[in-house]
Amino acid sequence: MKVLQQGQKYSVEFVLNGENVEGFAEPRMLLSDFLRHEIGATGTHVGCEHGVCGACTVLMDGKAVRSCLTLAHQVAGREIRTIEGLAKPNHDFGALQQSFHEHFALQCGYCTPGMLMTLSELLQTGKRYTEHEVRDALSGNICRCTGYREIVDAAMVVLGKEGKVAE
Amino acid sequence: MKPAPFSIHIPDTVEEALACLSKEGEDARVIAGGQSLMAMLNMRLAEPGILVDISRLGELKGIELGPDGLTVGAAVTQAEVFHHPDLPRYIPIIREALSHVGHIQTRNRGTICGSLCHADPSAEMPLMLATLGGRVTLASTSGSRELSASEFQTGLLETARTQQELCVSAHFPSLPETAKWGFREISRRDGDFAIVAMACVADQGTVRLGVSGVSDAPTVEEWSNLMAGDIPDLLNRLAWKMGGYDDIHASARYRRELVRRIGKKLIEEVLA
Repeated sequence: MKVLQQGQKYSVEFVLNGENVEGFAEPRMLLSDFLRHEIGATGTHVGCEHGVCGACTVLMDGKAVRSCLTLAHQVAGREIRTIEGLAKPNHDFGALQQSFHEHFALQCGYCTPGMLMTLSELLQTGKRYTEHEVRDALSGNICRCTGYREIVDAAMVVLGKEGKVAE
Repeated sequence: MKPAPFSIHIPDTVEEALACLSKEGEDARVIAGGQSLMAMLNMRLAEPGILVDISRLGELKGIELGPDGLTVGAAVTQAEVFHHPDLPRYIPIIREALSHVGHIQTRNRGTICGSLCHADPSAEMPLMLATLGGRVTLASTSGSRELSASEFQTGLLETARTQQELCVSAHFPSLPETAKWGFREISRRDGDFAIVAMACVADQGTVRLGVSGVSDAPTVEEWSNLMAGDIPDLLNRLAWKMGGYDDIHASARYRRELVRRIGKKLIEEVLA
């Protein structure tokens, strides 16, 4: 049995956006804080810190999860994808980012990383989604600016039946 | 907020986890998906000295689904059960109930057994366990025991599990092929905690109604040869029996009214 003592920092090795990375974290450190403060990947935002707002959503082994409800040590050996991993290698926007840009699907932008990561889980399946399914998926992400219409429109262009071919 | 300091124990086997709980149980909390516990830690509603992380134990990741029902290990996530291809065939009501449990981001990590152990009075999985007549298996270094839903969930956020015990699995019986069912939940927004959730199963002349969110634990009533005209009176009596409670989401009176109105709609829909 492995024991991580409180107050001490331990190494956590994991894959972040395709690269092997290592950081050090106390047992109580949240994944959201670990990414931002230890790894320096500040694209993941922290909102409510108790699992309600969805701003901190990241992909863990391809599944959208709340990084504020996950401990840093629980990602050891796992694959994490964050908003930093969505841009193409030449820094162009990915399909979802481009669509958000075109549809004015963000205003202050605070919730956007979480929105995009939730939709990324859907995008990578290669399936087509109905508006109801997209709204259901996004019900776990709160936006206080847009009223959601533009966000859903942007998502449907990429993920909907009539949408462009997924990446 | 951030959690208060704790140590993490990561056992390699269930046996090690049980030994750890036997020794440290008083000061320890078990974490699997952590979708209720992490929020409580962040808000410092819970400040355990030790977290016992069972999420990587392969022994607890089993899903058995067949004509006898669904048996899930303690590390099986809600999403894994939700997406199981045979679930609509054997226990479609669980799929419907799971669609109301949090959001996809929390279902990807939250576990079925975790929901049962957290025992929120309005939660959907305890309601399923009670309505379907399921059982929970608890293990400790001195053996294991099986409890029914009503034996297990003793009150508001309280269960019969001792601090030395681990909930290793839960079993939900399948619905008979002839059974008809329905599920209704009232919440302010999709994925919010239910104000009231109700599950109804009708088979061979009996109607079973499970209600959560009104009393401290799910309440199940079963009626035989139910006459349509009797439904309002029976539901009224059930509502007063459960009583209801006031909180920031709704008043006790509103909850009782939901039992009368939504309960009637649900039963009529199932029997139609």
